[in-house]
Amino acid sequence: MSNSSSSDTEEANENTALMDGHIAEARPDREIAERIARKRKTKSDSQRSYGTVDHGVSSIHGPPQPSSAPVAGPSADAQIEELELKYGARHVIKLFVPVTLCMIVVVATISSINFYSVKDVYLAYTPFHEESPYAVTKVWNALANSMILLSVIALMTVLLIVLYKKRCYKIIHGWLILSSLMLLFLFSYLYIEEALRAYNIPMDYITLVFGMWNFGVMGMIVIHWKGPLRLQQAYLIFIAALMALVFIKYLPEWTTWAVLAVISIWDLVAVLTPKGPLRILVETAQERNEPIFPALIYSSTVMYCLAATPPAGAAGEGEPPARELRPLVPDESGENAPVENRRSPSGDAGFDAEWRARADAHPAPPDAHAHAHAHAHVHVQRLRVDGTAPAHYTTRVERPQQQPAPDMDEEKGVKLGLGDFIFYSVLVGKASSYGDWNTTLACFVAILIGLCLTLLLLAILKKALPALPISITFGLIFYFATRCVVKPFADALAAEQVFI
Amino acid sequence: MTLAEFFSCSLLAFGAPLAMFAMTIANDPVRIIIMIAAAFCWLLSFLLSSLVWYAVVPLRSYLAFGMVFAVIFQEAFRYGMYRLLRKTEAGLKEISENHEIGSNKLEMAYVSGLGFGVMSGAFALVNVLADSVGPGTLGLRNGTEYFFVTSAAMTLCMILLNTFWSVIFFSGCDENNYYKIGWVIFSHFLVSSLSFLNRQELYAVTILLSYIVLIITAVQAYRCAGGTSKSFIESFTVRS
Repeated sequence: MSNSSSSDTEEANENTALMDGHIAEARPDREIAERIARKRKTKSDSQRSYGTVDHGVSSIHGPPQPSSAPVAGPSADAQIEELELKYGARHVIKLFVPVTLCMIVVVATISSINFYSVKDVYLAYTPFHEESPYAVTKVWNALANSMILLSVIALMTVLLIVLYKKRCYKIIHGWLILSSLMLLFLFSYLYIEEALRAYNIPMDYITLVFGMWNFGVMGMIVIHWKGPLRLQQAYLIFIAALMALVFIKYLPEWTTWAVLAVISIWDLVAVLTPKGPLRILVETAQERNEPIFPALIYSSTVMYCLAATPPAGAAGEGEPPARELRPLVPDESGENAPVENRRSPSGDAGFDAEWRARADAHPAPPDAHAHAHAHAHVHVQRLRVDGTAPAHYTTRVERPQQQPAPDMDEEKGVKLGLGDFIFYSVLVGKASSYGDWNTTLACFVAILIGLCLTLLLLAILKKALPALPISITFGLIFYFATRCVVKPFADALAAEQVFI
Repeated sequence: MTLAEFFSCSLLAFGAPLAMFAMTIANDPVRIIIMIAAAFCWLLSFLLSSLVWYAVVPLRSYLAFGMVFAVIFQEAFRYGMYRLLRKTEAGLKEISENHEIGSNKLEMAYVSGLGFGVMSGAFALVNVLADSVGPGTLGLRNGTEYFFVTSAAMTLCMILLNTFWSVIFFSGCDENNYYKIGWVIFSHFLVSSLSFLNRQELYAVTILLSYIVLIITAVQAYRCAGGTSKSFIESFTVRS
């Protein structure tokens, strides 16, 4: 609890809070109590991430104890909400930055490299190429394509669930590794080739191979094993951007928009319905108290989580402390202490997101194609709190205050599925491919606001929420509105130099 | 040449706002969020005004018509932003790590005004800037070579004006001082109408008058924020 550590601690707390938000369901009772405790203690000394929890809270956390909730009471709730919001503010920014970076990479690529906006080849999943001149046929094609893509994604998700339920971790990891391998080598090779071509830079194969090898291998190590957080984040952002570029390049025009709409609806269904696949995944993962797969999730804080994940998972199961903390985890509460614990049923959802993210990530790998990656990413699209975190927390909770700084990284972490990054970037990139910067800007702001609202809703509803629907809806509305209505007006104003 | 023009114009228009953003807003997550929310508000107002402009087909060639509605909508959304911020003030204080965020009531006004201004400036200039990179340029055969520079200068003026307007507007709403609100709306109409002179290439008139309005508005905003001429001078003296 040294002063120096305080900042870190705070971060940890924040992350935790977010997690709570997602997880919220279980919390209401215990967490509220915890939070209250925290608040009273003082916001400033954040006890290590779960320090608050530590204090006696741990007992409260005990998974099955529903009684704690009543303690919280209404006022407590209010306080809690405030706390969550507080965490939210920083987290929102922590997500804004990577999302923005990813979009910038995509937009810069689209506007400087022609290759990605030229349509010639299409994905195997989109057999209808929208070559007919009639709008009706195009709409029909786009819908059919997006339905095919969606069913592929759903299939993958189910496959993933089955694999996960059967504990075929090797296969899942194999998928993930294979897919990231493809992205890091094949797709970045294509990217570099096109970039070199666009800027007319000659390069010999030896240099290229040397560079690619180092880039790819480092990426694999950083993503699947361990490495500096920043580096991992950078790689994940780059991968997401690459995937988004692939979507933009290989999906037919209208299909892209249809896919965006359909995916966000799917996201909604998969996350919020009681039997939604992602939800099931999350719940399973929570039951097992396992961490999220590292490869497909962007973590704002701890990359170590990824590295630590396997151990963490193991630890979680094996170690008793983890269990104590578990109560925090919604799933347990949901299952074990079904009605009582859940003040808010949605709690599960929060975890779901995380888990789903993982799950999603996994599914993707199976496809040999980049597509597979895409799918996986797609699945991943929610905001999550680190799945892994819970386990860590538990551990830490027990010895929280004494070992403040070292673990900080692991504890927190707002996680956002790479799928979210991908589809946000697809939207913005696609908008920019028509050459109007106003549209791009409008979509960008709309998506950020959507992200803000999603986080706000998380704090208020304490339910797991999918990250795509609000943002993508805003993005689509503003894209079409800007393109059709605003652009002519803005162009006229600019041409006449009229300032309003 | 075109590249130099691009950079000079973008720095002219966005350099000062960028510095303001970096020095006063970037450090505080809550301020960033407010700024983006304000930008979104501006976007909504612009969307509405272009809807009106678009819907009234016969008047589409008269930008003055669109301009009137744009100004009205912008001020309406500025008021909406005011209501929103005042309602969520307590919550925002909780959110932010910096608990002094509400200590100056006009802090939010400044932040949201900058968000408003940056968004409007961006919408006015981004496409122009994108064109300025080349390969072509203006003023060789047709048009005026001052097009880009004047656009950038006017954009800067509008961004700063929006910032000050929000400050004045918010303080006017707080004090129920209708003169302040009236001045905001009036000067907004004035500057916007002045920019119609750009079509006649009377740039000197437009820019000079706009910047005079800007200075008046800035002084007023400074007063609204509690500044006096004494404190202004003091701010230049070295503090130990």
